[in-house]
Amino acid sequence: MAKITFIQHNGTEQTVDGIPGMTVMEAAIKNMVPGIDADCGGACACATCHVYVEAEWLDKVGKRAAMEEDMLDFAFDVKDSSRLSCQIKISDAIDGLRVRVPEKQF
Amino acid sequence: MSEAISTDAVIIGAGPCGLFAIFELGLLDIKCHVVDILDRAGGQCAELYPEKPIYDIPALPIVTGAELTQRLLDQAKPFHPQFHFNQMVTELIKHGDNDFELRTDGGIVFRSKIVVIAAGGGSFQPKKPPIPGIDAYEGTSVFYSVKKMEAFRGRDILIVGGGDSALDWTNNLAPIANSMTLLHRRDEFRAAPDSVNKMRELVAAGKMQLKLGQVTGLTGADGVLSSIQVKGNDGAAFDIQANMLLPFFGLTMKLGPVANWGLNLDENLIPVDTEKFESSTPGIFAIGDINHYPGKLKLILSGFHEAALLAQQAFRYINPGQRLLFQYTTSSTNLQKKLGVA
Repeated sequence: MAKITFIQHNGTEQTVDGIPGMTVMEAAIKNMVPGIDADCGGACACATCHVYVEAEWLDKVGKRAAMEEDMLDFAFDVKDSSRLSCQIKISDAIDGLRVRVPEKQF
Repeated sequence: MSEAISTDAVIIGAGPCGLFAIFELGLLDIKCHVVDILDRAGGQCAELYPEKPIYDIPALPIVTGAELTQRLLDQAKPFHPQFHFNQMVTELIKHGDNDFELRTDGGIVFRSKIVVIAAGGGSFQPKKPPIPGIDAYEGTSVFYSVKKMEAFRGRDILIVGGGDSALDWTNNLAPIANSMTLLHRRDEFRAAPDSVNKMRELVAAGKMQLKLGQVTGLTGADGVLSSIQVKGNDGAAFDIQANMLLPFFGLTMKLGPVANWGLNLDENLIPVDTEKFESSTPGIFAIGDINHYPGKLKLILSGFHEAALLAQQAFRYINPGQRLLFQYTTSSTNLQKKLGVA
């Protein structure tokens, strides 16, 4: 089990249990975390599960794949810390992960 | 008022479930008109993942969204469905038993005996970037699609995005614009390499500008833009002078007008029974991702099953008192004739 904390735009935090093998998006949907829409259901085809990974976790979650980089064109206010949460696999290595949810997935 | 098209069934949504409903209804001699907001069939399979493989369609170990769509179109072909693309059904009115009126935003009117809502996650609509104050400019300076190119002649245009829509309209509008700027978050484009090359040629010829960065704000008055604030990729802020802004950030699904049709809804889904897949209004069915019932799985294969069952009840509404004979396509000459194989 890995703890994942979602920080909303207004600062409220919600920590959920992620099962290794699931994606961060799936953990968010399962726990009804607001602001993660995931329209396409995890196919890396919509960019509505956009999150900002907190600086200290950036290296641990790894780099964006090319497909994800393309999809981020559809997100708004993309930063260096931007990731699509459906492309982050949960493992014990990211137990404690903290991500920020954008104000709107739009 | 345009004359109403009279039909047995109107299917709202030309995604996989809507397409298979044509087939199942067709086997029971129910003729269909199909309406979709996109410009082609396939729904999410066409718009979200045409090239991505799907692995859970029975008997097709691997199939892409585009290929599945084509196969379903082929399968439905013997029943001559009539498609109405680029149309959104805005109104659905029940006049009586087996008598529904549907209107689209393009002015098409249907009178139909039954209605099948196979609208998936709702209608695909352009994503509107959450730039503060953007609402005030929509329809005057901000547009999410190009309906008439002439409206852009002689204007100072900023297009935002890196996909096919962004690049196509950059290349098409540049010759008639007073000035053209394309803004994208990186110097790589998803669009077809052809269009990207053409854009780069226009830049090289001094006919347009390419800027890298993201929009942060808008300046203007009375609904007319004068400049767009941008944060450049190097972190430096700058302004782009433009009075027309076309953001192309892809499409998103919104429930849309379905919410106004007087149906019982449960968190934007249409609750149905699992015998007929009928909504709270008799004669209006809902299949695929848009419906809900205990145990519902949002899988294409569930929608196929739902289509077969709704067709049974649709037959009873359309042919009251007539006995429905259950038949197999493998053995029934009657069905095979309909399919054009006997």
